[in-house]
Amino acid sequence: MAAVKIRTDQLNLYYGSRQALRNISIGLRSGAVTALIGPSGCGKSTFLKTLNRMHDLIDNVRIEGSVYLDDMDIYGAGVDVEGLRRRVGMVFQQPNLFPMSVYDNVAYGPRVHGVKDKDRLDRIVERSLREAAVWEELRERLQRPASGLSGGQQQRVCIARALAVEPEVLLMDEPTSALDPVSTIRVEQLIRDLKKQYTVAVVTHNMQQAARVSDDTIFFLGGEVVECAPTYRMFSRPLDRRTRDYIDGRF
Amino acid sequence: MITLYMMANGLPAFFKLGIKEILFCTEWKPTAASPSFGILYIILTSAAGTAAAVVISVPVAVLTAVFLAEIAPECLARIVRAAVELLAGIPSVIYGLLGLMILNPLMYRAEQKIFRGSEQHQFSGGANLLTAVLVLAVMILPTVIHISETAIRSVPAQLKASSLALGASRVQTIFKVVLPAARPGIVTAVVLGVGRALGEAMAVGLVSGGRVNIPLPFSSVRFLTTAIVSEMGYAGGLHRQVLFTIGLVLFGFIMAVNAVIGGMFAQNDGQEE
Repeated sequence: MAAVKIRTDQLNLYYGSRQALRNISIGLRSGAVTALIGPSGCGKSTFLKTLNRMHDLIDNVRIEGSVYLDDMDIYGAGVDVEGLRRRVGMVFQQPNLFPMSVYDNVAYGPRVHGVKDKDRLDRIVERSLREAAVWEELRERLQRPASGLSGGQQQRVCIARALAVEPEVLLMDEPTSALDPVSTIRVEQLIRDLKKQYTVAVVTHNMQQAARVSDDTIFFLGGEVVECAPTYRMFSRPLDRRTRDYIDGRF
Repeated sequence: MITLYMMANGLPAFFKLGIKEILFCTEWKPTAASPSFGILYIILTSAAGTAAAVVISVPVAVLTAVFLAEIAPECLARIVRAAVELLAGIPSVIYGLLGLMILNPLMYRAEQKIFRGSEQHQFSGGANLLTAVLVLAVMILPTVIHISETAIRSVPAQLKASSLALGASRVQTIFKVVLPAARPGIVTAVVLGVGRALGEAMAVGLVSGGRVNIPLPFSSVRFLTTAIVSEMGYAGGLHRQVLFTIGLVLFGFIMAVNAVIGGMFAQNDGQEE
């Protein structure tokens, strides 16, 4: 079993007085794709956002417990949140490119982190777009506004934008739910390829997708982790009745 | 309707005197024995005064809007917003009086210092272009702040989250993502601010001195609006027609500003830089 990249320990999260996550203690393996599944409102997206501290932006959220990236407690004192988010990137449900060109979108992260050299930016942009499997389609249109692209292209550019800062972990929150079937297949293929270099966590509603892309699966229900196992095992022999019911579509 | 009416009343003077005599002549002596109606200095004054007021006001207003929409805690934002609304509600004549009481004496002192011993300078007693610019800058603040804030607030939260998720700081996110995304709204805010500044008559009439002059900071000057307001009461015949022509010029000015700024924006949007 590969090393654990991210580990949570007794993680609890409250929105005001409502508890949204209960005692989550799990690990994400390095170089693997972990799928987070469960019905709406089960806490899977909420959990994902704790891993790069996106809840910091929202008032009224309280977090207890610890999240370790390698050996660093990301909620510990003196943690550089911007540095953390650079190591733990995120792709959102809706493609949400900035109102600028494709090139500037992908170069945004490196520029923010101080890369000014034009050649180096060119190389980063090309590498990121290649890794996101969208370079061949867009190489002639890098200077055009990103708003003119199809939804599937936009989402892959979003992935490229996240990869451009060379994160170690990539968090994806239902990355295909706004896409058509063909784009979905391409993004799934991409997720499988990404694990060669990145640790990936992907939230999905889609059981088949979880089965297709992931190595491990974590099943959330009511803010708790019901089961956490290698995907092939969970889908063939779920240990918990509730997991079996959910996988069989009885929710 | 308005366009037609303005043209019907403003154009006759052009035919009688010629466009050149009015627009490009600097001599304004409407009541002399042989009157001349050159409004070039008046046009330049309005253009320069408005431009300067906008240049001063817009950065302050946009930063205030950023503060209100992105940075300030809600309780503080509410107080500042109330103050801005109050600013918007003050009648322009009051701004003029404040300028007259507070700014003009200061300006006079500055003028005496700067031009001590100067032979050419006509002392304006502090009622000058600079005062008018400052008063205008304050007057257009509320409009620009309010519309910019609305535009900034309507930037999708996801867009900001994406920037932060890439490790950008809040300040970087505001200047590189939020403001560009809010640009259409901010441009609208600036256009309305320009319109308000160009059209303002009361306050600038009180603080700008009123003599027709080249628009220099410490000169007593007359704006398009103040020329109409201060002379319409006694003007007759050709003089009166020329005042309508000034109105037409002002009208055209505002249309042009709308078109130019709107056009600049459309062009930028195409290139998306």
